[in-house]
Amino acid sequence: MTARVSPPHATADRSAPILEMRGLGRDFTRKPVMAERVLSLMGRAPDIPVLKAVRSVDLSIRRGEVLGLVGESGCGKSTLGRMITGITPPTRGEVAYDGRPVSELDRAARKAFILGVQMIFQDPYASLNPRQRVGAILTEPLRVHRRDLGAAEIRERVDSALAEVGLDASYRDRYPHEFSGGQRQRIGIARALIVEPQFLVCDEPIAALDVSIQAQVINLFLDLRSRRQLTYLFISHDLSVVRYMADRVAIMYLGEIVELAPAAELFAAPAHPYTRTLLEQIPSVRNRKRKFEAVKGELPSPLAPPPGCPFHPRCPNAMPRCSLEAPRLREIAPGRTAACHLHDKDRNPHDTSHTS
Amino acid sequence: MTDNSPVLDMRGLRTVFHDAAGAWPAVDGIDLTVHRGEVLGLVGESGSGKSVAGFSILGLIDPPGEITDGQVTFRGQDLRRLDEEGLRRLRGAELAMIFQDPLTTLNPVLTIGEQMVEAITEHADVAPAEARRRAAESLEKVGITSPRARLDQYPHEFSGGMRQRVAIATALLNNPALIIADEPTTALDVTIQGQIIAEMQRLQAESGAALIWISHDLGVVAELADRIAVMYAGRIVETGSTDEVLDRPRHPYTKGLLESVPGDAPPGQGLRQVPGAAPPLSARPVGCPFHPRCDRATEICRREEPARDADPSGRSWLCHHPLDDGAAA
Repeated sequence: MTARVSPPHATADRSAPILEMRGLGRDFTRKPVMAERVLSLMGRAPDIPVLKAVRSVDLSIRRGEVLGLVGESGCGKSTLGRMITGITPPTRGEVAYDGRPVSELDRAARKAFILGVQMIFQDPYASLNPRQRVGAILTEPLRVHRRDLGAAEIRERVDSALAEVGLDASYRDRYPHEFSGGQRQRIGIARALIVEPQFLVCDEPIAALDVSIQAQVINLFLDLRSRRQLTYLFISHDLSVVRYMADRVAIMYLGEIVELAPAAELFAAPAHPYTRTLLEQIPSVRNRKRKFEAVKGELPSPLAPPPGCPFHPRCPNAMPRCSLEAPRLREIAPGRTAACHLHDKDRNPHDTSHTS
Repeated sequence: MTDNSPVLDMRGLRTVFHDAAGAWPAVDGIDLTVHRGEVLGLVGESGSGKSVAGFSILGLIDPPGEITDGQVTFRGQDLRRLDEEGLRRLRGAELAMIFQDPLTTLNPVLTIGEQMVEAITEHADVAPAEARRRAAESLEKVGITSPRARLDQYPHEFSGGMRQRVAIATALLNNPALIIADEPTTALDVTIQGQIIAEMQRLQAESGAALIWISHDLGVVAELADRIAVMYAGRIVETGSTDEVLDRPRHPYTKGLLESVPGDAPPGQGLRQVPGAAPPLSARPVGCPFHPRCDRATEICRREEPARDADPSGRSWLCHHPLDDGAAA
């Protein structure tokens, strides 16, 4: 019953980043309606609201690490994941893979990037074609990208991918609807693995699964990582899962990273008030009949983000300066960054916030 | 209050779903008791029957579903003997329900105010102006600012967390004696979930209503509940005080659920996992329904359904080979 895997940290070469985001951002806007197009032709372009889903992110992911990316809905974490895999093109900035900007890759290097970075989606029901058998779902990436492989080799690879995620080879001939949620997520993982990626972007991969099935899939991720030396960007809203999986954790709020730290340090001594708030709000089986201290306010709309620090309207430590000036993400200790005025050198000596 | 009779007492409830092949019990003979001011956490994974149990209390089971057996006694009256009109009078008044998706209860083409006023005037002879005043007061209680202006807005003008607050405010309008909340925070963000839990804690303590909180999230239930009932395959496999059930589970499934949550487990070590998946309604195994996934299963578990066992403190479990009482989770 117990899945024991070797400590995942042992094999990772922590020096070289496998993937870097440089000033990466993405805006969404709607198409102008007819009247607005006419107005622009007349030289009076109307104001169409622009949603900055991801404002500007600089982040490098080291080969072999698990980077947890945490935030609430609308913070831009999924958009960031989709930009990395190339599903969503960025509005600004760039992604570099193995040290080279993706936009400048030649044909061969581009293919290595496309195959090397794979994505696992949240909803195992929506991400598998219901009219394809499992065998066809798993064969398709190989037929597109590995035309050098013969039919026998492809079949062998499909069988071994199924075995690797703990599914029987006979499942090849079944349709997705014949599987449970957990099994479907395993099929999604097998589909990502079949092209032998280096890097997996996992977007809430266990959020749709039952608790006992979540543990099985978490173990599978840990197992695959040590077996294949994979790197993960593990996107989740669930801090307890991230604490368990990740080496480093990035916290996002309204399209920006507000804190980045090694997982153990982040959970022991969160530097950003938002991180602290999130940690206080996780329900735990260790707490009984706790009196919840709620955070004030709602998540602001990304269409109208507050001026200054985006968290200031909800922040228990907010100062006058926070509504005027947006804090920059800066180093607060070796390997730790946070975007908060509390960590300025000239900060108010009377405040009671944590520093590390 | 000195009145010791439970607000809700349910005995042997059985709710089946019919299809061409037969009748499949989603809820298979469960007993539940809730007292005034008490929070009962009803925990289980999808398909365990926890939501069907909640809906059955209110008689909200439509064909092909059918409540076939059992007694549901609510403040002394047998709900199964009430006709649809009698149930309708109770629902939204003494008996309130809060759903996971507040849009299932809110009508998109009516303002919040119209709906809340209707919820009051349906059950009592109250003048519209007075009903509106009460509706605004109820919105204020759940932490909605400028409630009078909000009454004139439509559900789509509220965020997910705000809609859930409106649903809670509506449920509380007529001072219910029992609130059934079915995964009310599952669709919400952590910070908003915290707000809703805080509001529910406060309102429930103020009103003294009994609360059944249905959830898959052991963490949420641990923080809220006085007692916990764990469901698996249509049965309550273990029930007892929150501390007993979470600290010293007797049923292997409860223990498995607790170990599946990363919680304080050392990072990267591999979680203990419950193998396999819950059986579908139409393929429940013979004997103990948990035996194919259980590491304690023996011959008798494959053959015979376990009978309920209990200890003097009132906790009970369905297992041939329960864990030791002293065993920490």
